Amino acid sequence: MDKIDWAAFPDARGHFGPYGGRFVSETLMGALDELQQVYEQYIGDPEFMAELDHDLKQFVGRPNPLYHAERLSQELGGAQIYLKREDLNHTGAHKVNNTIGQALLAKKLGKTRIIAETGAGQHGVATATVAARLGLECVIYMGEEDTRRQSQNVYRMRLLGAEVVGVKSGTRTLKDALNEAMRDWVTNVDDTFYIIGTVAGPHPYPAMVRDFQAVIGREAREQHLAMTGRLPDTLVACVGGGSNAIGLFHPFLADESVEMIGVEAGGDGVETGRHSAPLCAGQPGVLHGNRTYLMEDENGQIIGTHSVSAGLDYPGVGPEHAWLKDIGRVNYVSVTDDQALAGFHRLTRTEGIIPALETSHAIAHVLDLAPRMRPDQSIIINLSGRGDKDLNTVAEREGITL
Amino acid sequence: MSRIEQRFAELREQNRAALIPYVTAGDPEPGATVPLMHALVEAGADLIELGVPFSDPMADGPVIQKACERALRFGTGLRDVLAMVAEFRKRDTTTPVVLMGYLNPVERMGYDTFAETAKAAGLDGLLTVDLPPEESEDVVDLLEQSAIDPIFLIAPTTSEARIDHVARAARGFVYYVSLKGVTGSQSLDVSALAERLERLRRHTGLPLGVGFGIRDAETAAQVARVADAVVVGSAIVRLAEEHDGDGAGYARAAAAVVGEMRRAMDAARSPGAAATV
Repeated sequence: MDKIDWAAFPDARGHFGPYGGRFVSETLMGALDELQQVYEQYIGDPEFMAELDHDLKQFVGRPNPLYHAERLSQELGGAQIYLKREDLNHTGAHKVNNTIGQALLAKKLGKTRIIAETGAGQHGVATATVAARLGLECVIYMGEEDTRRQSQNVYRMRLLGAEVVGVKSGTRTLKDALNEAMRDWVTNVDDTFYIIGTVAGPHPYPAMVRDFQAVIGREAREQHLAMTGRLPDTLVACVGGGSNAIGLFHPFLADESVEMIGVEAGGDGVETGRHSAPLCAGQPGVLHGNRTYLMEDENGQIIGTHSVSAGLDYPGVGPEHAWLKDIGRVNYVSVTDDQALAGFHRLTRTEGIIPALETSHAIAHVLDLAPRMRPDQSIIINLSGRGDKDLNTVAEREGITL
Repeated sequence: MSRIEQRFAELREQNRAALIPYVTAGDPEPGATVPLMHALVEAGADLIELGVPFSDPMADGPVIQKACERALRFGTGLRDVLAMVAEFRKRDTTTPVVLMGYLNPVERMGYDTFAETAKAAGLDGLLTVDLPPEESEDVVDLLEQSAIDPIFLIAPTTSEARIDHVARAARGFVYYVSLKGVTGSQSLDVSALAERLERLRRHTGLPLGVGFGIRDAETAAQVARVADAVVVGSAIVRLAEEHDGDGAGYARAAAAVVGEMRRAMDAARSPGAAATV
């Protein structure tokens, strides 16, 4: 691979190679220009960054540990496994790294109303949390199917003062919540800031969310170097939209010795068509403001996705992932619902950490990968969220009524 | 001269504003669309905007979302829609037809295949809501080779600098989105609209069409006084919901609404009508 200047992506118009860009209706173009301007101004501003760092430390609880999962490593008999403990963040997942940052930008722009889409509810909770803290009005769009799967998070958001709107159109999941949030934004663009939860959407969202999430990889890199004196061999993260994965991967992109693996949701198995793995089994198209890999039919209609985890149940993926796949820098694989559940139980019983079902996909892949590596090698898994929100789903699948 | 230019030239001569009904292709069922298009023309439509059903119509309100869902029950795709245009052209060679939809179906078909097939079908313009001029260079070149006009939107939020940019890329006519919101929203402010259109005319010589939020004949007439074209979508498409499974009934109801708008618009432009809004 030729030397790539990773900092040069995306280009000024938000392109990662052929992916990304800004594919939205004209009404939103002005708001996106304004957002890009304010984001570029503040992301390099020492005062803003100090404010962000302060919030990440005092409110979110960063830095979180890079935990050596010794028992799991020993049991698997291969590589040493390290867990980047994003589950220990306030609100229980990596999502808050981004909502803290975007909410600060919303304040700078003088917006009084926050909207967001959510799948599993983690981004919704993280958004409702920062909105409560800043005293901003907050509306969360969530597919009706997901409000059922994640009823605890719905209640949590309402406790935090957010209005949760169940979206009844289309497949009633994350993609439809995104459509509805876009419709709200186009209608209320003057006073409303749309906090997108992942590294997708129109430019500058994929770059901006990545920059807010890159704190994960920066910390992990430093921590791994301090603990072992060397870089990790492999990074593994689950990929739905892909924000936790980009957050971990991005600060390591120039480290050529570090291999990276993104794990998509294979659902019932990619061969069944019932999955959420656009990078493994989709093709390039345009949805939700960017060009990226999509799950679609021969007419270009977006098709329904399936995953046991609501947070991965999305037919697209961040455009930077699409590009990293094409240039071969990151390898994308998938694991099935059943494998993810096995990963969920294994980590819970071996390390005393209950992971989110999204995260369990990354763990499942490592159960397979680690034994094929040497004990002097290491893997960092992004433990992107905790599993409390998934207890009902897991119990239900196992025929247990809570 | 393209069919769109020709049509606007005729209308200018007659001091009339164009009436452009929007209908979603394949709604409520595939066989209904071509007869509906002919009925709209007979009722006074000057140009037809044919919606391409899409699974994720982000810029549309509930009425057109439901229309897409009804059309997708039968799997109506872009190729089917172009076949409908070709069928329509067998009987009508003068009424311009513009497709309105989202980029992904076009992207999936392939821009060159689309341009070729669309030209053969007799299509006149393409409006993709989620394709701003910045991302459209490749598409626009291919469309130009096929003599299909790329139609672009200008919104109340479009800056002066962008207006120039959009106006330079646009062909056929410029579609002014009359309000912040999705299709079928309420409350159009006609006096603010007049002012906005005046400013737009300093940037482009193309005809100015106005859409989003035109719910009845009265509003259509008010807009016809200040715009070159009036686009009406949800006010027609909602009739399809009432006539689900009855394409002929839908066509009759839609033609009645279009006829009423036509008369109101022409009266508003007639010499005896009040000149002010």
